[in-house]
Amino acid sequence: MNQQPYLLPPRRKRNVKALLHKCFWTLLLVSLIGWSMQGIADELNAERVFSMRTIERAQTVIPQLFQLNGDQFFRIVGLIVETLAIAFTGCIMAAILAVPLGFFTAKNMMGNTLIGRITHAFFKLWLNATRTFPEILLALIFVASIGPSPFAGVLAIAIGSTGMLGKLFGETIETVDMSLVETMQANGATRIQVLFYAILPQVVPEFLSYAMYRFEIDVRASTILGVIGAGGIGTLIVISAANRNWGEVGLIVLCIIVVVTVIDYLSAYARKKLV
Amino acid sequence: MNQQKPSLPKAPGLVSQRKRTITIFIWVGVAALYLLSSIHTNASLLRFDGEFFSNVGRMIGQMWPPQMQYAPAIWPKLAETIQMAVLATALAAIFCIPLCLGAAENIANNKWIYNTMRTFLNVMRTIPELILAVLFVGLFGIGVFSGVLALFIFSLGILAKLMSETVEGIDKTQLEAIEASGGNKLQVIWYAVLPQILPQFASFSLYVFEINIRASVVLGFVGAGGIGLLIQQQINFLNYPAAMAVVMVIFFVVILIDFISNRIREALL
Repeated sequence: MNQQPYLLPPRRKRNVKALLHKCFWTLLLVSLIGWSMQGIADELNAERVFSMRTIERAQTVIPQLFQLNGDQFFRIVGLIVETLAIAFTGCIMAAILAVPLGFFTAKNMMGNTLIGRITHAFFKLWLNATRTFPEILLALIFVASIGPSPFAGVLAIAIGSTGMLGKLFGETIETVDMSLVETMQANGATRIQVLFYAILPQVVPEFLSYAMYRFEIDVRASTILGVIGAGGIGTLIVISAANRNWGEVGLIVLCIIVVVTVIDYLSAYARKKLV
Repeated sequence: MNQQKPSLPKAPGLVSQRKRTITIFIWVGVAALYLLSSIHTNASLLRFDGEFFSNVGRMIGQMWPPQMQYAPAIWPKLAETIQMAVLATALAAIFCIPLCLGAAENIANNKWIYNTMRTFLNVMRTIPELILAVLFVGLFGIGVFSGVLALFIFSLGILAKLMSETVEGIDKTQLEAIEASGGNKLQVIWYAVLPQILPQFASFSLYVFEINIRASVVLGFVGAGGIGLLIQQQINFLNYPAAMAVVMVIFFVVILIDFISNRIREALL
């Protein structure tokens, strides 16, 4: 392959272990994908999916998607405002709840006593459990218990966000410069004074930055809450898709794209200013 | 709301009067916005009264204990959910390679390609997966195909974004070395870019797989296949213990997959 081998460094010896390693992972990956293909194959119904009917449907639906139907424009705007309100309320609730949770999960705050370690482990486990649930499952439970309303969405967003925010807040608190805390303690400050003058000034900018980042995620999450009746734009999109009102679906999707992009941009700008 | 306010006091003179006024304005604005939005969503703190807690408590009481006899009906749908996520991730991993190279500033020298790719990816990521699923169910009918397609598009956006950032962060000297010795674009990508991004590529693919698992759980709500269908059915039948059983199964599967994937990712990087 190379006419001037003397220019190249000597060829590395073949590493058998690494090769076996590679083979193993490739085989695992291939079998996983093969299992998935085989499992879904009969569900996929290639004949049905790529039938004439689908092509006809695509020919009618896709052009209609771009013929935006503005009949319900003000209703859509109202629902988008509701979506944003759900995300905002939920996110603020979560940000406030996450502050004490962050303190409980920060190792340097809980001390090395037995109680401290147990609290730390307990809250860490709790936050991990909360983070595992998709918001929409939480929303489903709340919709079932308090009825379909934006409030159910707010609760789902709030509880879903505490998991991530609590974890990030805790990690931030763990990086606090402890020498400041010690200095204040040495000067005879009470615990409250240490909290307000040594710890909070160090962590608040990062807290805010994380909260804003989470708000971006929450906006995306709250757009789909309506699918199960927890308020916001999702309800309308399901209804108009069921009515085959594709122009309206197109308009809603466009609105979501614009709003999410604007919020992402604003939040990124604010976060850059903060930190 | 005001818990964070006490962060303001600092030694006098450290913060200018103007900056302090601005900060106070922002806090008041956020508080006002919170008040407004909590009124708009009817989610004021007054709602957390005895009735609310008794409602939620009753609901949890009805859901508990989860009806584990229902489990045999769960496994096929669970397998379908995982298969959908695997397929979507694999497809996204393949298709993200050209996209992420096009959206990386150091590979795509053409400003036009770079900017179009960037905008395209950003737009792609703004549409939530469930809304994509609604669209595809309308187009292709109810079934797994719509779900896989929705997951694929959704994860393609994320993966290509993450990967393009990785590509932008690679060691430039290797690219230049191959270019200088006469390698064409393809050779540069194959011998200089790929070896550098491969570990991150695997790691991000696993991360996207985790996201896909979570997302595929809910696709069933709109008829795009997967385990969500079971949850919705059982809730509509008011069979809460069975629904809880499905939720518990999802919970443990997600934890398990997250755990395994985290382990592999730690080993990779």
